Amino acid sequence: MEMTHTGGMLEVRGWNGMKLADLATGVVARVVSVSALDSTGSIELGRRLAELGFLPGEKLRIVARGFMGREPIAVRIGTSTFALRMFEAACIRVAPEQPLQA
Amino acid sequence: MDAVRSAASPLVALVGNPNCGKTALFNVLTGSRQKVANYAGVTVERKEGSLVTPSGLKVRILDLPGAYSLDPLTPDEQVTADVLLGRRLGESTPDFVVCVTDATNLRQNLRLVLSLKRLGLPMVIALNMTDIARRKGIVIDSGKLAAELDVPVVETVGVKASGAAGLIQFLDTLTVSPERQAAAVWRTPDAADIAQAQNEVRRILGVVGGDRLDGVTFSDRVDELILNPILGPCILALILFLVFQAVFAWAQVPMDAIKAAVGSLGDWVGHVLPASLFRDLAVNGVLAGVGSVLVFLPQIIILFFFILVLEESGYLPRAAFLLDRVMGGVGLSGRAFIPLLSSFACAIPGIMATRTIQNPRDRLATIMIAPLMTCSARLPVYALIIGAFIPRREVWGGLELQGLVLFVLYVAGVVGAMGVAYVLKRGGAGTRFQSLMLELPAYHWPNLRSLAIGLWQRVEIFLSRVGTIILALMVVLWALSSFPAPPPGASGPAIQYSIAGHIGAWLAVIFAPIGFNWQISVALVPGLAAREVAVGALGTVYALSATGSDTSGALTPLIAHSWSLPTALSLLAWYVFAPQCLSTLATVKRETNSWRYPLIMAAYMFALAYAGSFATYRIALALTS
Repeated sequence: MEMTHTGGMLEVRGWNGMKLADLATGVVARVVSVSALDSTGSIELGRRLAELGFLPGEKLRIVARGFMGREPIAVRIGTSTFALRMFEAACIRVAPEQPLQA
Repeated sequence: MDAVRSAASPLVALVGNPNCGKTALFNVLTGSRQKVANYAGVTVERKEGSLVTPSGLKVRILDLPGAYSLDPLTPDEQVTADVLLGRRLGESTPDFVVCVTDATNLRQNLRLVLSLKRLGLPMVIALNMTDIARRKGIVIDSGKLAAELDVPVVETVGVKASGAAGLIQFLDTLTVSPERQAAAVWRTPDAADIAQAQNEVRRILGVVGGDRLDGVTFSDRVDELILNPILGPCILALILFLVFQAVFAWAQVPMDAIKAAVGSLGDWVGHVLPASLFRDLAVNGVLAGVGSVLVFLPQIIILFFFILVLEESGYLPRAAFLLDRVMGGVGLSGRAFIPLLSSFACAIPGIMATRTIQNPRDRLATIMIAPLMTCSARLPVYALIIGAFIPRREVWGGLELQGLVLFVLYVAGVVGAMGVAYVLKRGGAGTRFQSLMLELPAYHWPNLRSLAIGLWQRVEIFLSRVGTIILALMVVLWALSSFPAPPPGASGPAIQYSIAGHIGAWLAVIFAPIGFNWQISVALVPGLAAREVAVGALGTVYALSATGSDTSGALTPLIAHSWSLPTALSLLAWYVFAPQCLSTLATVKRETNSWRYPLIMAAYMFALAYAGSFATYRIALALTS
């Protein structure tokens, strides 16, 4: 089990993934990066996301989105679920687990 | 017992992620009844209690606000970090740390455990919620966990009276080294440190088991409905409707019973006591006043039953999710939802709960609008007027008109609050990006024991208010309304010649444009101390105004006869907005550490109330004439 985790991380090392907000609801993905510097210029946001468990290699999926697919989004990360606004989700880049053709 | 051991009472701190059950465990350990609920941020300040272990060791237990890390971003997390790092003035660092972890969510919780370990304070891990974990099929080898972390581990179930037996046994053997721990040096980890910690967490979880990442859980299936962008808001509206309908529909029988009991008690006292000043005080002052407030106990119980069920189940953060766009639209932090929701019980805990909001300006904006949420003390006022003026009939689809009007009043408060928040945002309060990052905890079935305890606490609070502040104010008001006695040969009721009568006549000049008579004006003054006192005050004032004999317990038909509908609606509007609560203003003063904000709050709320009542009165007059 742990090997596949590391495997997933290595696999995504080549590219820097897609934006979390662009991930389809229900699709399992792994975190590629959490940018420490976000659009608001506060380093704290990136650190807090990391503290909540948004860390490279962690599995996540979007559980639900707000009305018309807009913010907020509910994200399952590990065994927790967090509601995020879009500017928070914008700090997170992910790589889907399944190939995209499905 | 061992005299040496009982002499020293070590300080043990409960630390852990938000919503992992620290306070439930604290309550079991110390026999306290601190508030618990299924969402993050219920505990916002340090609470101390004590426990005597089987061998007679007295242990001081400290309940701390939940924290995701030791680098605080919010005022409540600051408390936890300061206590642990010994930065709190005049307070020593804890002798021992109980790190409370949620057994169903170790992946999240273990990072804090590793941080605490790095801090170097002696500690034990309480593997909490093991009952829920077992039901979910999560099996954790606590022996291996202890070996991996090199920290003792005990299993606990915070919601069961016997659930802390293992922990108590452990604390029983606690020995505190005579030299106090020096305050630890703490270095804030960077992203790489946190990632490294997570690798360690993954490794440990691989060894001890209990890490079930895949698969759709029960909560996921419920969330598919509850968080659905179209169904979700419908369900939320349905729940709220049900609550307000129930407040009127279910309360009728017990309310009638209380009314009848108070009425016959009044009759009995009137018969037994000889006509005297004392009989007048007992019947018209105490029974008419206190009785008219007491009648609303069933409605308060029903309201809190629903609030507690929603709190315990984990639904509230979902409601915050569904309403987040509205909150964001008026410039409020997503974190503002829970404090605002707490304000429906009472604005004071609501204002305290704003400590979970990171940005001070966002926090201030939330504090300023919290009293516009309809607190439970307004319920008796609303219920009295609705009961007197709104007919009990079904409108469409089984919807009951009285419940509907009550719902509209709650909505009016919320809409007013959103409007004020919007103005504050335009005025520059709050930041451009307001954080949400709200944890949506797994759903739990409400625990019957804590539901019963929570409900009983509300009953106690209500009854003690009735028995103390309301009773005292009723006696004062009775005195003010009875003296000086009317001059001989006076024709009107005695109260018109009393001090209260004069105050009322003077205030009525101010309130006449919004349709209040002098009786209402008098009742508003003691209502400043506690909103529901206004109901009791009306009971006393009308009892003393009546030229007939005994009127106790029959306030509803009395006001139905003597007020016009525009006056009643105007008073409802007044109560939606008016700052009728001095303790709320005192709390704002304490939380903002300045007189500036409570004064601004009182001023804007009075202005809003007067304008709202004026508009309501004039429009209703125009429509009814």
